Amino acid sequence: MDRKIIEIVQTIDTSQVFTDLSDAQSGGICVFVGTVREFTQGEAVVSLEFETYEKMALKEMDKIASDALEKWKLNKVIIRHAVGLKKVEEPVVVVGASSAHRDACFEACRYLIDTLKETVPIWKKEVFENKAVWVSAHP
Amino acid sequence: MEILLFGIAKDIVGQSEIRISSDDAALHSVQELKDFMVRKFPEFGKLSSFAVAVNSEYAQDDVPLNRNDEIAIIPPVSGG
Repeated sequence: MDRKIIEIVQTIDTSQVFTDLSDAQSGGICVFVGTVREFTQGEAVVSLEFETYEKMALKEMDKIASDALEKWKLNKVIIRHAVGLKKVEEPVVVVGASSAHRDACFEACRYLIDTLKETVPIWKKEVFENKAVWVSAHP
Repeated sequence: MEILLFGIAKDIVGQSEIRISSDDAALHSVQELKDFMVRKFPEFGKLSSFAVAVNSEYAQDDVPLNRNDEIAIIPPVSGG
């Protein structure tokens, strides 16, 4: 069975990730869930809109998962990102790993989300009451 | 050649693809495409940065462009 799960989806079901990463050789699972925060610099966010260049995003996500499998002794790795319109508190990304011992999956989990934010072509627009802003677009 | 546009790049140009004919400009490399975009749409010059993908891989400035390549403008990413 493939050790990597790489997906772009419309809706994330956070209850699925335990089954995705569960594994007889693993003594631990570490998961990060990114969610929609209500306030950005004091301004109330109505929703977030995620857009992607899907073909390239899946390739970049796959590279990150493969790199993690090389750097740490992991049994399974997941990177699942949602696109479309997301409301406050909704999950937008799930990354995680399972490993025999916890150090590997803790470190890998941080690497997965940090690298995703740097390289994967997914864009987030913050929609406020009276404006919308592409995050990180301008200095 | 056709250039795919995403995120703020799509908003700046006002459409999700732009066609650049050889009459408009002869673009031989990623650098020439970046210069063309900033010339034609000055808003690109105000972005934190932007990258170009050739055949869905990040491409350095000296990478040559061919007519059949899939080319995309990648403005600063903000997933997660």
